[in-house]
Amino acid sequence: LAYLTFDNIGISHLQACVPENTIVNRKYTEHFSEVDADAIVDKTGIEERRFATEGVCSSDLVYHAASKLINDNSVDKSKIKFLIFVSQTADYKMPATSVILQHRLGLGQDCMAFDMNLGCSGFVYGLSTMYSLVKSAFSDETQGLLLVGETRSRVYSAKDRKTAFLFGDAGVACLISQGMKYGKSHFELNSNGELEDLIKIKYGGSRNPSTVNSITQEIIDSNGNVRTEEHGYMDGTEVFNFVISNIPKSVKSFIYRIGIDPQHVSFYIFHQANKFMNNHLKKKLRIPNEKYISNVDRFGNTSSVSIPLAISTEMKNNPKNKSNTLLCGFGVGMSWANGMLDLNHTQLGDVLEC
Amino acid sequence: MDKQKFIELFKETIDIEDKEITSDVVFRDLEEWDSLALLSVIAMIDDEYDIIIQGNDFKSLNTLNDIMSYIDDQK
Repeated sequence: LAYLTFDNIGISHLQACVPENTIVNRKYTEHFSEVDADAIVDKTGIEERRFATEGVCSSDLVYHAASKLINDNSVDKSKIKFLIFVSQTADYKMPATSVILQHRLGLGQDCMAFDMNLGCSGFVYGLSTMYSLVKSAFSDETQGLLLVGETRSRVYSAKDRKTAFLFGDAGVACLISQGMKYGKSHFELNSNGELEDLIKIKYGGSRNPSTVNSITQEIIDSNGNVRTEEHGYMDGTEVFNFVISNIPKSVKSFIYRIGIDPQHVSFYIFHQANKFMNNHLKKKLRIPNEKYISNVDRFGNTSSVSIPLAISTEMKNNPKNKSNTLLCGFGVGMSWANGMLDLNHTQLGDVLEC
Repeated sequence: MDKQKFIELFKETIDIEDKEITSDVVFRDLEEWDSLALLSVIAMIDDEYDIIIQGNDFKSLNTLNDIMSYIDDQK
């Protein structure tokens, strides 16, 4: 069991950045009729998303978020010794984007930097890994910068109705610090690679290198959806079944293992997949409205960024106690992870638009 | 299981309350049947009967009677 617990480590600051460019789904009708768009939005509950403009990468979104976080809070950059960039839309196949960001952000060369290639589970994975690093640091002043960025809008075909209305772009920077006030945190992390085909970009990597066909040949399914082998594919029905079969069980056993009464969970923040799936999870776990956090209607599914983006937009002006905040990410891999942490001492910046 | 109740739940789930359908209707031939309807029906069955029909299993079901016997077999 990959179950980790920590004392006195926490997210001291969190800053999100989203592109200004807003896509209104009911008017996203270049390839589909308004009737189709309405039917999809009625079901998924995703009204709007943000798309990065041409030339803007995941790394740019996290760069702007991290710069604001560092400037607004007068963070001493020399204390940041760890940098993780979680993304499946990196700048290059090599070098790692995290290393480029170390330089761009003006961090010292004595900073460990690496990329983590995970999707919707990625924030919880990155956070627990960063907690482990900061906990093991020689100095109790050492901090870690967790950067989570995605430009998922570019991964999927605009002519595939199964995915064309779901995904959006965003970046978040989190500073991980040490301090008694953060108390205890718990994480549990899981994988099932048998389900690798449920969400996949099949071509363009080492297993199936790009060919002229993989880039240009259109694949048309029985419903008229069009994509290529270099676009993301998602088997929505099987993903839905995976989630409703596994996630409620996983969340329940996680809470049980920690040993707290489910009534004492302050908030539930799931990966923001879509309203249909998330509402079903909410119902199955009998989560009351006031403990359920969602912003999927305004930002869509931003993969690994969706959990910290929801923290950023929904928790800032929420005066309630956040001591047992449950995070649950699930998706591509399949990979899923839970976290339970105290967010009472996390400084949340206003969302930056760029 | 209560057949009439299942038919009503099915109709409500895919928004065809006004339609007259019987338990031997081939639901795949309904005009309203699409991938979103499929997800809604899977969710409804999970809610009401606590059974999750895997996608591949669902492909072999064609009528409401088929779905009901599948649910009965799992119980």
